[in-house]
Amino acid sequence: MNIIVVGLSHHSAPVEIREKVAFSPNDMQRPLRQVFDLPDIGEAMIVSTCNRVEIYATSRDPDAGIAGLRRFMADFHQLSQDDLQPHLYDYQGEEAIRHVFRVSASLDSMVIGEPQILGQIKTAYGYAAEFKTVGLILNRFLHKAFSVAKRVRTETNIAGNAVSVSFAAVELARKIFGSLDNKTVLLIGAGEMCELAAKHFINNGVGRVLVTNRTFSRAERLAAEFAGRAIPFEEFPEHLHLADIVLTSTGAPTCILDRSRVEKVLKIRKNKPMFFIDIAVPRDIEPQVNGVPNVYLYDVDDLQGVVQANLKERHKEAKKAEEIIDLEIGQFHAWMGTLQVKPTIVSLRRRFEEIRRGEVEKTLRNLKHVDKKQEQAIEALTSAIINKILHPAISALKEKQNGEGDNFVDAVRTLFALEGTSGETQFKPLAVDDDDLETDQPTPDQSQGAK
Amino acid sequence: MNILLYKITLLVYLAATVLFLVDVITRRVKLGTIARWVLGGGFLLHCVTLGARYFATGHVPVVNLHESLSFFAWAVIGIFFLFDFKYRLDILGAFSCPLALALMILGAATTAPTPTVNPALDSWWFPVHVALAFLGYAVFALSFVAAVMYLLQERMLKSKSFSGLYYRLPSLEILDNINYRCLTIGFPLMTMGIISGAVWANSAWGGYWRWDPKETWALITWFLYAALLHGRLTIGWRGRRAAIFAIIGFLCLMFTFFGVNMMLSDLHSFNALEGR
Repeated sequence: MNIIVVGLSHHSAPVEIREKVAFSPNDMQRPLRQVFDLPDIGEAMIVSTCNRVEIYATSRDPDAGIAGLRRFMADFHQLSQDDLQPHLYDYQGEEAIRHVFRVSASLDSMVIGEPQILGQIKTAYGYAAEFKTVGLILNRFLHKAFSVAKRVRTETNIAGNAVSVSFAAVELARKIFGSLDNKTVLLIGAGEMCELAAKHFINNGVGRVLVTNRTFSRAERLAAEFAGRAIPFEEFPEHLHLADIVLTSTGAPTCILDRSRVEKVLKIRKNKPMFFIDIAVPRDIEPQVNGVPNVYLYDVDDLQGVVQANLKERHKEAKKAEEIIDLEIGQFHAWMGTLQVKPTIVSLRRRFEEIRRGEVEKTLRNLKHVDKKQEQAIEALTSAIINKILHPAISALKEKQNGEGDNFVDAVRTLFALEGTSGETQFKPLAVDDDDLETDQPTPDQSQGAK
Repeated sequence: MNILLYKITLLVYLAATVLFLVDVITRRVKLGTIARWVLGGGFLLHCVTLGARYFATGHVPVVNLHESLSFFAWAVIGIFFLFDFKYRLDILGAFSCPLALALMILGAATTAPTPTVNPALDSWWFPVHVALAFLGYAVFALSFVAAVMYLLQERMLKSKSFSGLYYRLPSLEILDNINYRCLTIGFPLMTMGIISGAVWANSAWGGYWRWDPKETWALITWFLYAALLHGRLTIGWRGRRAAIFAIIGFLCLMFTFFGVNMMLSDLHSFNALEGR
């Protein structure tokens, strides 16, 4: 059984194509059932976000499975094959595992480290579980992907630094002040971006907001929104010393704050640090203000620079994340290997036991005057013969489960005509644990949701 | 025996330093925790080393340069753990550990024969004076470390060009806070060290203050730190200026310790202590 992935993303398709193949979250049952009913597909789930549309599935014949999913993507959305196929990518086996791990860990996202993708995959998995199109393999695979994503998030700093201008401002403030509790923000001007940045500051614990604007009523409205205090524009220099963080976005044609004023303010504040964020263009604050000790001035370009530096740092962290994924792929692959071997061993034992039991019953019917003790001796003899015959074959299968397992499984299944002989579904034996391989206990059916 | 223990301690500190540095450079989770455990082990071993030295020589092991460096390094690590308990900053370990390691390496490079203390100096004020002085040195060493980190972080924030270190260093507020706390702990320790030294001098040489180079430099250093404390409390010195002062103060302290002892001959030189 192989894991396969067919899909497209911001890497391979423009938004005009992505929006055409997106699946509606309100109608997931229909496409999921259709994929699930495709020949060569065992289990399936569909991930559909604004940046990617992907189908994760299992298949005994990966090439046929991929071809089927490619056709389905075009047919379902009534697109021509020629239009869609160039934008689709597909993966199978180890590459598919790697791809899904990378997507879950947000290494394949437009903004590396963004946290939304994991939630979106969890939602997609939720639909598939609800409509019972996932079984043992995808269940385990997706849970593994979630744990890999969590490991990446905790063991690397991939999501540690802000990649939006507003968040970058908050992060810089934290680098200066540590905690933002009990800090005061002064908004000079009431532009949209200033308002957004102020909201981020408030959400991150800033204690007090002062607002000033040329139109006082607007300052009052904004102050009310933030439970702050409005200050008439002419009076704001007198209140400047109260502010730890100053956000400016006025439409003034020249600077409204210069170095000498800020130096005076710092004296009143006994050199307590101040952070100025000048979002206005043209700028509201004289650049020389940055030269005042304990004062930090950032304009829009500076903040963009911080965002770029943070993105660079995230890319460095991504390399560590790739190493984690390499390790996890190895472990998951080993588990996949055991999936091929374990059911075959159980089927093999069951097949031999069926033959033994049939022959023993036939023999006992023909023999007369066989007492209980002799019957037990026949049972023990035949069981011992079968165990001795099976022992080398089972040992070889176990040994090869992580290597040439597939070849051995195919050989054993063909030689002993195991396919379909046990009357089990293809996933049924997958839930056995090691104890089942040593005994002949019936296997519990845990194939719920899978074919 | 105590020399072997010393060398093992040095190796453990080296391992902890490497772990802290790798942790800070690569930011591998858990490495910082492992580094702390290794350093903790090294610190305990160092306690045993100092104890063994004490029993081997019969005096508090701060008499010659080797012993003093060992005690200084021990105090630096001890003070690091006190601050680490509150701040949990791997980077503080990455800066403090190499300092302690350097002191240990210097100590290993100096000869360590068992010194005989000048009988005239054999007073219990001597270990009190030296212990207080070295604890003060260690606290100011940490303040120096925090000040260097402050200047690096401040420079990146001002110039708006960020290296990998920017992401590893804590906020300016925390670093300034560490600096201030070190000053409020280190200054009384240093003051008490000087006072106990004066009392010891009086019992040893019959005078509280002799204006020998070490005493003069100790007073200069004390005034520097006193000015910094005054500036912080009354004028509102903080941040960059306070960090620069802390660095100058520590350099002055190091000159008082190394420079005066090694370059100038006076009552505080180790030869004098050993009665030679």
